[in-house]
Amino acid sequence: MTGADAIFLARLQFAFTVGFHIVFPAFSIGLAAFLAVLEGLWLKTDKQVYLDLFHYWLRAFSIVFGMGVVSGLVMSYEFGTNWAQFSQKAGPILGPLLGYEVMTAFFLEAGFLGIMLFGMNKVGKKLHFFATCVVSLGTLISMSWILSSNSWMQTPRGYSIEPGTGRFIPQDWWAIVFNPSFPFRLVHMALAAFLSVAFIVGGVGAWHLLRARRAGRQPTEAVRVMFSMAMWMAALVGPLQILAGDAHGLNTLKYQPAKIAAMEGDWDSEGYAPELLFGIPDMKNETTHYKIAIPYAGSLILTHSLSGKVPGLKDYPKDQRAPSYVVFFSFRIMIALGMLMAATGLFSLWLRRKGTLWSNPLLLRTALILTPAGFIALLCGWVTTEVGRQPFTVYGLLRTADSASPVPGASIATTLAIFVVLYVIVFTSGISILLRGFAEEPHRDQAGPDARQPQRAASMASAISDTAASGHTGSANPGSGE
Amino acid sequence: MDPTGMDLTGAAYWLPIVWAVLAATAIFIYVVLDGFDLGLGMLFLAEPDKKHRNIMVQTIAPVWDGNETWMIFGGAALYGVFPNAYATILPALYLPVLIMLFALIIRGVAFEFRSRMHTQQAQNLWDIGFCGGSLVASLMQGIILGTLVSGIRIEDNKFAGSSFDWLAPFPIFCGLAVACGYALLGATWLIWRTASDLQTTMRKWAGILSVAMLVMIAAVSAWTPALHVTYMQHWTTWPRILYVAPVPVAVIALAILMLQALRGKTSRRIPFFCALGWFFLSFSGLGINIWPYIVPPSMTIWQASSPPASQKFLLAGTVFLLPLILAYTAYAYHVFRGTVNEHSESYH
Repeated sequence: MTGADAIFLARLQFAFTVGFHIVFPAFSIGLAAFLAVLEGLWLKTDKQVYLDLFHYWLRAFSIVFGMGVVSGLVMSYEFGTNWAQFSQKAGPILGPLLGYEVMTAFFLEAGFLGIMLFGMNKVGKKLHFFATCVVSLGTLISMSWILSSNSWMQTPRGYSIEPGTGRFIPQDWWAIVFNPSFPFRLVHMALAAFLSVAFIVGGVGAWHLLRARRAGRQPTEAVRVMFSMAMWMAALVGPLQILAGDAHGLNTLKYQPAKIAAMEGDWDSEGYAPELLFGIPDMKNETTHYKIAIPYAGSLILTHSLSGKVPGLKDYPKDQRAPSYVVFFSFRIMIALGMLMAATGLFSLWLRRKGTLWSNPLLLRTALILTPAGFIALLCGWVTTEVGRQPFTVYGLLRTADSASPVPGASIATTLAIFVVLYVIVFTSGISILLRGFAEEPHRDQAGPDARQPQRAASMASAISDTAASGHTGSANPGSGE
Repeated sequence: MDPTGMDLTGAAYWLPIVWAVLAATAIFIYVVLDGFDLGLGMLFLAEPDKKHRNIMVQTIAPVWDGNETWMIFGGAALYGVFPNAYATILPALYLPVLIMLFALIIRGVAFEFRSRMHTQQAQNLWDIGFCGGSLVASLMQGIILGTLVSGIRIEDNKFAGSSFDWLAPFPIFCGLAVACGYALLGATWLIWRTASDLQTTMRKWAGILSVAMLVMIAAVSAWTPALHVTYMQHWTTWPRILYVAPVPVAVIALAILMLQALRGKTSRRIPFFCALGWFFLSFSGLGINIWPYIVPPSMTIWQASSPPASQKFLLAGTVFLLPLILAYTAYAYHVFRGTVNEHSESYH
């Protein structure tokens, strides 16, 4: 096996594990904030429905968070196992940022998670709400550090390169942390996390609304409240995300024009450039086939003027071009889903005014279909920005080919296969547990994770029912709720 | 780089020392917190009673995420502070590190999944995953340690050994020793936190595992100096012998204390702290052995270090954050203190 194959396998493995991982922190970011809002509303209004919804979504949170922890653990070692040369050279800059992420965020989240999940009766309402807020804050702090690191790899600042070793030596930490693409990427990612979770919550709500409709009964208050909250979020964040994405795009045009050229499938730099709706970029022949284009739109979107000049891939040497055939499509899928989600949010506003928010079948079916849309868009966006950084790990400075570890391809291939099998098992089990939870309708006196036992005993009947006998209040039995 | 040739007052000299101490502290905290957690997992299948299994899980449910976070911290700190060691150790131990990660993933999700299964078979399967994952992760941690102590071949600032260097008698023995030690921590933790039948069973296990651990500590202690001449010198030359001589004495003192506590049934937390004491002593003995190398036999902590600007930047925050983290971690344990039985509220 050649070195190039080993590097490809290392990239594939890293992309697979980080792609799997990224979903869970994003889910946690959005869900923790949603839970904090629900608990806050409960404390403020004393309405049971908010507590029921809090418990309902808290059960999902414990699964999502646990999967985030175990898949994140892999990441903190994979930089070294797969990218030893990169770690050696960029470690002096990125390592401390990761260290701060663990110290200011991971410990905070994990330290208060136990109280959030199981501590309501032990610490009281207020302290429990505090714990929920701390966990939510932790997810946001964590996102900030990791996006700062990632942005530094895209737009490196505040470093010098040590002669001889090629190491990046930190010169100005402020410039490193607040590098030019960081604020844009942070906002874009935060909104993506909120939007993704809004559509998960909305999708679950829509499903129960549709089910109630089919059964000819009134949906429960909890279902209506959660669908309404999700659609508010979609209506607010959806359009906002389009603006944030546009700003992020302009930032990329300024600092990484070659990435923009690859995303757009443009080969020649020109003014009055069209925007391609479809095409098949051909790296070898330096052209894009089967183009479907909107005249002038490319210049208009990227430069906000019809005559603006957009970059073309031919401006850059062949060995500095990102694979356009990947980012061209991932970018377009992200945009399409983003537009759909924003449109759904706006549509819901209109229906809300008309008073048919909870009954319009088109909205409910669309919301149901779009349940995973946020996460798919998020993954596509991540592919766009990361593959668009190629062929570098630190943009313009350190090549991916010079970042690898001295690990034989056979080892990487074997462990990659194990990762795939393991993650498929873990992912399908986790998803099926989540789906089973979502299939239940949230109801009055909803049980949280601290009352799993009676719930299970109810379904498993004989085997272990004795463990559930005492210690729980009678009302905490979801089996009696429906 | 020879430490004697360095400016002894310069930041480039003392920062790596401070970080070596901090890193060793963090690793020890990880062992303290996740050791009993993994050990409990290993004892899981030895306890056939479902009710007891649920109690066992309940003693760690609110804290396991935090325990595992110390492992993430270890990786991150090594990456930022000793990047050359990070970039050498991980490729050198590629397979055991990844096997450990696989095992930790399985046990981590098994922990959450087992209680959500609707059939007895599915639950049993995840119980096996929890136990097996804990065992394999513990074995691999010991193997990683053993391989590191045996020495990693470096040429050109890069790992130059083979993928299977870790499949050797000494690392494998270390793997067994660490697994045995963690199981002891798990058993003594359960003596502290549970009551009645389960506690009685765990006392029996703690007795067996204590004897096994003593034998293994003795064996590793005798084996290690034979690996390298420098290790031997630590134990045979004056005045270094002064630092190491109290270690075996303290191990025996703790053994007497452990025996009394397991028999006398007095304070229930004594056995756990005796087991921790053994870990502390073994860990210190190991530190004395390999100092000042971080990747024996050729990479010192100074050679492994990132530039002072990186170490200073992270140190500035660590000084405040680490005590804060320990404080709220202690608070979380405090909230969920007390004996756990089947009537306890929360979780299973």
